[in-house]
Amino acid sequence: MTASVGAGKTKRQQRAQLGPYGRIGKAVEELDERLGVAKGGRTFLDKIFPDHWSFMLGEIALYSFVVLLATGVFLTLYYVPSSAMTIYRGSYAPLRGQLVSEAYNSTVNLSFAVRGGLLMRQMHHWACDIFVGAIVIHMARVFFTGAFRKPRELNWTIGVTMLILAIANGFIGYSLPDDLISGTGIRIAYSITLSVPIVGSYLAFFLFGGNFPGTTIIPRFYTIHVLIIPAIFVGLVSAHLFLLVRQKHTQFKGEGRTEHNVVGSPMFPIFMAKTTGFLFIVTGITAALGAFFQINPIWQFGQYHASQISYAVQPDWYMGWLDGALRIMPSWELTGFGHTIPLEVLLPAAVFPGIIFGICMLWPAIERRYTGDNLMHNLLDRPRDRPKRTAAGAAMLGLLGTLFLASSTDVVANFFHISLNTVLWAMRILTVIVPIIAYFVTWEICRELQGIEGGGKRKRVNVVTLTPEGEYLAVPAPESPNDAVTELEPEPVPLLLESGSPDGGNALESGEDVEPAATGVRTVTR
Amino acid sequence: MTGERPLEHRSPVELKAASWSDPHMQPAAKHPRFVERIIALTFIAGLALFALFVVAYWQNWSAWTLGATMGAGMLFIGFGLVAWGKYLMPRGPFVEERHDLASSKEEVEAFTNALVERGGGTLQRRRVLGGLLAAGLGVFSLGTISLLVRSLGPLPKLTLTETDWKAGTYLVDQAGRRVTAGQLSVGSVLTVFPEGFQNTDNGQAVDQTILIRVKDTSFTTVEGRSTWAPLGYVAYSKLCTHLGCPVGLYEKELKLLVCPCHQSMFDVEEGAIPTFGPAPRPLPQLPLYVDSFGFLRAQRGYDQPVGPGYWERTT
Repeated sequence: MTASVGAGKTKRQQRAQLGPYGRIGKAVEELDERLGVAKGGRTFLDKIFPDHWSFMLGEIALYSFVVLLATGVFLTLYYVPSSAMTIYRGSYAPLRGQLVSEAYNSTVNLSFAVRGGLLMRQMHHWACDIFVGAIVIHMARVFFTGAFRKPRELNWTIGVTMLILAIANGFIGYSLPDDLISGTGIRIAYSITLSVPIVGSYLAFFLFGGNFPGTTIIPRFYTIHVLIIPAIFVGLVSAHLFLLVRQKHTQFKGEGRTEHNVVGSPMFPIFMAKTTGFLFIVTGITAALGAFFQINPIWQFGQYHASQISYAVQPDWYMGWLDGALRIMPSWELTGFGHTIPLEVLLPAAVFPGIIFGICMLWPAIERRYTGDNLMHNLLDRPRDRPKRTAAGAAMLGLLGTLFLASSTDVVANFFHISLNTVLWAMRILTVIVPIIAYFVTWEICRELQGIEGGGKRKRVNVVTLTPEGEYLAVPAPESPNDAVTELEPEPVPLLLESGSPDGGNALESGEDVEPAATGVRTVTR
Repeated sequence: MTGERPLEHRSPVELKAASWSDPHMQPAAKHPRFVERIIALTFIAGLALFALFVVAYWQNWSAWTLGATMGAGMLFIGFGLVAWGKYLMPRGPFVEERHDLASSKEEVEAFTNALVERGGGTLQRRRVLGGLLAAGLGVFSLGTISLLVRSLGPLPKLTLTETDWKAGTYLVDQAGRRVTAGQLSVGSVLTVFPEGFQNTDNGQAVDQTILIRVKDTSFTTVEGRSTWAPLGYVAYSKLCTHLGCPVGLYEKELKLLVCPCHQSMFDVEEGAIPTFGPAPRPLPQLPLYVDSFGFLRAQRGYDQPVGPGYWERTT
């Protein structure tokens, strides 16, 4: 067909034959005859994305993942995953002549001898730190606005799984250069594996191919880092996005927005333009960080030797809470009957993260059981309207934040010239009380905010002008259409929701009107 | 742009939220050519910076030049694209109806029927076949996986409990030089290894021992160890009993060994009992003696496993 087009015809006739949409139309037609893409494709192009800044957080995570993949592929071209020892003969004078592993040697060489190598390595590391951070903040957004509720529990679970994998792969990734700091981290991981009751020593020996350090851990970490976890991750990201398209976005309450529609911009071209622009911005910021802010300068740390150690070193930020938990844990070791259970390692490094991630995974179920709310939710909550959930989230962040701080006890003690003992005990106490304080303070703030008149409405701007006589006048700005928008106008809180109604009823859904007492003033009885 | 052709079932709704008459949008709405020019400028800047990046990459300029040109180019293009989407495209908002994801009762019924009746019926009538199939797959996967896991590494056996320190082993430094009794002044430390193992993985990772000259006379760290610290030399396993980090810091005023990883502290005068931090046990002490030539040697190996705790460790 295409071959006959054009033979002995004027351009106008050719165009007429192609139809009103030209070559693109022809291509779509051909494709649709074979795959039937037009119907679903149109729906996809028309897919509506609600406009709210907080929906961009997940995009940061997605695009830093893209940067990670691109820079990571670059690094695999030059990195050598081997513990075999060699003499460093590269351009960095202080290391020249030293005995180093192939892994360390190739990482230093790709930083100094490969064009663009240092930038790519630093971008990869920065993108990872941004990636995990964006996942955590995105997760907080989803949590505090209740976006994880039915029907989106599965997507929440996929998200938590991706967070765990991201943290694990981050740790494994920064262990690959085989430098003094990351090598110590691997040793700690080995000892944590060893601490598991009954099977610990077998697990550790199978993972490391023998007693620490062995020569197999670097190649194995490499396979896990560049193949296994990324492959799982790509699958999970696809599932995450597929569910998002299938179930459509959540949106905040507001004029014209209901449980049964989505209001916003269509996928094509508006969202596509914005989101592609955002991909460029995320990449640009990562490139700028990689260019101007040094990260993980392994040539300053040196090759890992099991009998050497550096002082005042902290892991990457997303491992900090675990390191902090290890530091503040009292030295309780269970011994007896010819066996040892190192609780001082097992509890903070294995049981504790298991509990934290378990709570995260199960939160939708926990909350549903507590509230008895089994309804479909497409409208988001304002955090203040769900004080108990918001307070619980704040308590969790308080706990993890305090533990993160506890991973720098030695630095804090040195910097402020206080005794390490004081700092340690302060951290132990804070770890217990900060979450409790965070819970009640947040709960109280939520309740106070609920009572504020006009909360969530856009304020009219007052323009302050100075008259020639020196008089100041505050003149309200001309009314903007947006002034009437109550994007976050709180719905009356369904009383049954947080008090745990037995029949799972929702006053709003069942059609009962729960009227506020007056505009902006609502009676909340709990 | 797509302004001419209506979006059939995605109609703009009459919301006051965002429209061309919004004062915030007016500069863009009234002067689209101006906005267009600004965006064109950002794209030109992006193009120029990308071209510069290619030159920088070709000429192998410094890392920060590469990153600065690439990053700034990306930022210009990114901001230009966002502005294009924000100011020069139909602003909506558009509304899309949600349709129930759940299927109708009949469809659910039909599916469940097929699953339970058809599938269940098939299996229930052919229990033996199903059992055989499951057994075959089970044998294959369980057998393969356990053998695969087993082949990943050796069994621990005694490697966790034993070190290369034996009776009479010479203490040597990193370079393999034997340590003599006059070598260290009071207050100094040295990492030592069993002679012959200083360059092995196990010597580095497991046998590493910290030798401290605490004072210049022999002393007793713990009852029953009266001969273990000749001439004030005392040797402890350098592996922290918490997580196996090398206990590399010695605070000579307080006579404390400090682990830089999680700040466990060990009192070297009292048999390295932990005085602070998460370490649960004292560092194992290596009994020393000075031979007739003045070399420091081990009376025998460690009397307990070194390093962190694990299930098989006996007390």
